[in-house]
Parts: sequence; C-alpha cells; structure tokens
Amino acid sequence: MTSRSPIPSAPWLLAGPGALFFFGLVLLPLALTVILSFQAYDHSTGIQNTFTLSHYITVVTDGYYLEIFWRTLRIAALTTLICAAIGVPEAYILSRMRDPWRSVFLLVIIGPLLVSVVVRTFGWSMLLGSQGLVNQALQFVGFAPARILYTETAIVIALVHVMLPFMVIPVWTALQKLDPMVEAAAWTLGASHLTALRRVVMPQVTLGMLSGSLIVFGLSASAFAVPALLGGRRLKMAATLVYDEYLQELNWPLGATIAIIVLVANLCIMLAYNRMVEARARRTLG
Amino acid sequence: MQKNGTIALTFHVLVLAFVLAPLVIICLVAFTPENTLSLPTTGLSLRWFKAVFAHPDFMASFWNSIWLAALSATLAVAFALPAGLAISRYSFPGRDFLNALFLSPLIIPHLVLGVAFLRLFALLGATGSFAWLVATHIIIVTPYVLRLVLAALSGLDRSAEQAARTLGAGEWTAFRRITAPMILPGITGGWLLAFINSFDELTMSIFVTSPATVTLPVRMYMYATESIDPMMAAVSALMIAITAAAMLVLDRAFGLDRILVGQR
Repeated sequence: MTSRSPIPSAPWLLAGPGALFFFGLVLLPLALTVILSFQAYDHSTGIQNTFTLSHYITVVTDGYYLEIFWRTLRIAALTTLICAAIGVPEAYILSRMRDPWRSVFLLVIIGPLLVSVVVRTFGWSMLLGSQGLVNQALQFVGFAPARILYTETAIVIALVHVMLPFMVIPVWTALQKLDPMVEAAAWTLGASHLTALRRVVMPQVTLGMLSGSLIVFGLSASAFAVPALLGGRRLKMAATLVYDEYLQELNWPLGATIAIIVLVANLCIMLAYNRMVEARARRTLG
Repeated sequence: MQKNGTIALTFHVLVLAFVLAPLVIICLVAFTPENTLSLPTTGLSLRWFKAVFAHPDFMASFWNSIWLAALSATLAVAFALPAGLAISRYSFPGRDFLNALFLSPLIIPHLVLGVAFLRLFALLGATGSFAWLVATHIIIVTPYVLRLVLAALSGLDRSAEQAARTLGAGEWTAFRRITAPMILPGITGGWLLAFINSFDELTMSIFVTSPATVTLPVRMYMYATESIDPMMAAVSALMIAITAAAMLVLDRAFGLDRILVGQR
C-alpha cells in the first residue's frame, strides 16, 4: 500500500480540500451544537451567552422527556428484534435459492432501501388507516376494526419495513462466506438438519445478525419521518422531539441538548456493540 | 444445494408481500379517478399525475432536488476520488483519522447533522441559500462515493499502471489513461448512489431548506402533514419509478448487491 513517491505531502494535497471541507462542515458544527447545549435560553430574548447545565438537568429529570426517551428505546429495541426475526431466516432462504431467483428476490428485498422514506411511510399510512386495506381485511375475517394508525404499532411496522434491508444485507453477506458444502458435510456425518443449522450455519449468521442489529437499532432510535407521519402529535420519539424544540418551540439549546444525547447514546451503543462483535468474531474464528 | 421447503417458501412469500405492500398500494392509488385516497375500482385515471405536473410547488421542488442531487453527487466525487487515492495508496500520519472523518456522516444521525448545520448557518447568516444546501448534501453523500472508490482501488491490479509508468507516462497521464478507466465502474456506481441518497434525503434537509429551496422529500413531508389527497400518491409513484430506473442502471453497471452490501 505504501508508495515510493518522493513527495510526502502528496496525500495531503489529494485529501486536503476534502479534509478541510469536512472539518468545517462536520466537526465545527458539531462543536458549536455542543456549546449551544450548554447555553442558557430565555423565552423573550433567546439564546444567552451564559454557561448552564439546566437543559441537561431538565431532560434527565422531567418525566415528559424521560417518557419520550423510554419510548424511543422501546420502539428501537422492538424493531431490531422483529427485523432479526424476519431478516435472518429470509437471508438464509435467499442464500439457498438458485439464480436468477436469488438475484431477483435479493433486489426486491433490498431495493426499497433506495426509495425515499417519506414514500414508504406514506404507503403504510394508507395501509394502516381506519379505512385502509389492513382494517378492511380485519373486518373481512370478522374482527372489529382496529385503530392502528397513530399508535406505536404503526411506527414499529413501518420501521421494520424501512430497516429490514439493513438486517438482510449483513446476514446475507455472512452466509455468502459459508460454503454450502460444509452444511452438507455435517448431514453426511450424521447431523440432523436442525443440528447442522445450529452448529454450522448459526455461528456464521450471528456475526451478521449482530452488525445488522447495531445498524437497525441506531437508525430506528434516530428515525424522524416514520414517527412524524405515523405517530401523530402525541406519540413523539427523540427525533420528532428535537424537530419540535427547534422549529416549533424555538428553544434551540434544549433541542441541541436532546440531539447531543441522541448522538452520544448512538456512539456508545455502536462502540459497545462493536467490541462485542469483535470479541465474538475472535472467539468463533479463533 | 438444498432446496427450500414449503414452510420456508411460504415465509418468503409473506416477507415479499410485506416488503412490496406499501409500494404497490401507492402505485395503485396513484391511478384513482376519485377525490379521496382509494383504490381505483371504477377505472384508471391519470388526473392526479396531471395535477402533479400542473402543481408549481411540486415541480419547483422536483427540479430543485434533481439539481441538488446532481451537483452534490458530482462534487462528492471530486472530493472522494483524490481522498480515496490518498487513503488507499499512501501511508501517512492521520490517515486513519481522515478515513474516519470522511465516513463519519454514516454514523452521525442525520437529525444531529441537520441541527448542527442549522446552528452553523445561523451564526454565519447563511440560512436558506442553495449553495449551502449543496454543501450539506455533499457531506451526506461523500461517504458512499468514498466507500466504492476505495473498494475499486483496493481490487485494482496495479501492474498496468506500473507498465505505463515504466514506458514513460507521467503520474497524471498514467492516472488519466490507465487507473481512471479501470475504476470508472466504482466512480459511476458511487455517483449514482450519491445521487439517489441526496434525492431521497429528508431528515437533515428539513432543518436547512428555506421556502425557496424546499427539496421534493421535504415538500412531500409538508404536504402529507397538511392534506391527504391522491396527488401525494401520484408524486410517490413517480418517485418510485425514478428510483426503480436508477436501481436498474446501478444493477446493470455494478451489481446492486455489491453496492449496497455494507451500506447503512
């Protein structure tokens, strides 16, 4: 990888402009937002230049905010769980198909990733509405119409739909590395299908599932469009709360505080999870 | 290879139905002749598509989004290509830091980036201009380009380039005539992926757009929160069509599974 180039400044000349740009538009704004979260706010005069911890104290002591954080965690965890329950078997089924079906269905499963979240959420709001197809189907089989839209159920359903590709992709990648002959060898040596699945396939899949879960959890916890469109005014999650603080309450320091908490929580979970995935990888792969 | 059993295939069909249901319902409702969001039972009509094309706000946002996506994808390539060369070909102090810096927008929630940009622009007095909107989208899409450029560079056989250098080609000529054509699929794939991601972006854009620079997803979000009529379905169906077209091009050019693997 090392070059014999006589000019040691070459990489900085190449990457310099981009580095400056990212420095000015990623690190600087983040630093400003951290500072903002410690600045006092007055409803009549706006942002003050005095240092305060009051926003952080408000957020971690006020039941209103705690409830929203708790709901965000609960919805993100549930979404991750359901995504794993659907995505892992689906990836396994995909990996056992033959081409062209395999490529076609893989495209169908991960393609929606490229369709705007607003579009997909709007589709679910039509399906789950009081006159929607889901309710019509429920009535058709004799159930009472259920109120699904503007509940946590609606948010979880749509989030699972949005996040499913992020679970399927890493599991599918992990399965690609597994030689199907190894599973066949296990059967030949007398293992039942279940044992082969548990002892040969699962260890490979677990790694993919862990990294998929990490991505799904992180993205769900900071999702905006789905709770904003399917949660209504009452059911707020962390992202919609930040949006309200910034653009409706105009209390930027408090909004910044919540945004920083979301960011730090995200980074901590990712680091912890990464450690776990790496430790597991070392154990299984020796 | 072992075949999938009946239970597995049933499960597969259910998953497909779940994945496709919201997209299919949008495409059906978009053709309704009625005034409400309903399935077309009495016949198909293009009236809501015509309504979209006659709606000045939607059309302005559409072209705004197209320009924004094209510009930010192009400029992201301009940043990511040299940065990718530096990261993959040289070892220098700060290399890992640079790599992490360029890929960081993948880990930072878009919501956080949105409020961070808003704060910076408020202090600069730069809110609402199209140029600053492009700058924010470059930040969001550069990681996608960089990843594909790095993948293309690391899979590259450098002997052709070395042969060119031995035969007297300068560093720039060797890059332009040998390396660039060889990594072109990676660059094209990265550009398209950047274009789509910019075109679809909502969460960050909602904080940094002004009434004059509203992007299509933001316009749709605002429209969906205020009124629900089949025009929303028609716009959504058009977006699905555009995305599907881009997806097919991406798949032909590079293999969609290869591009999306590892993407978050």
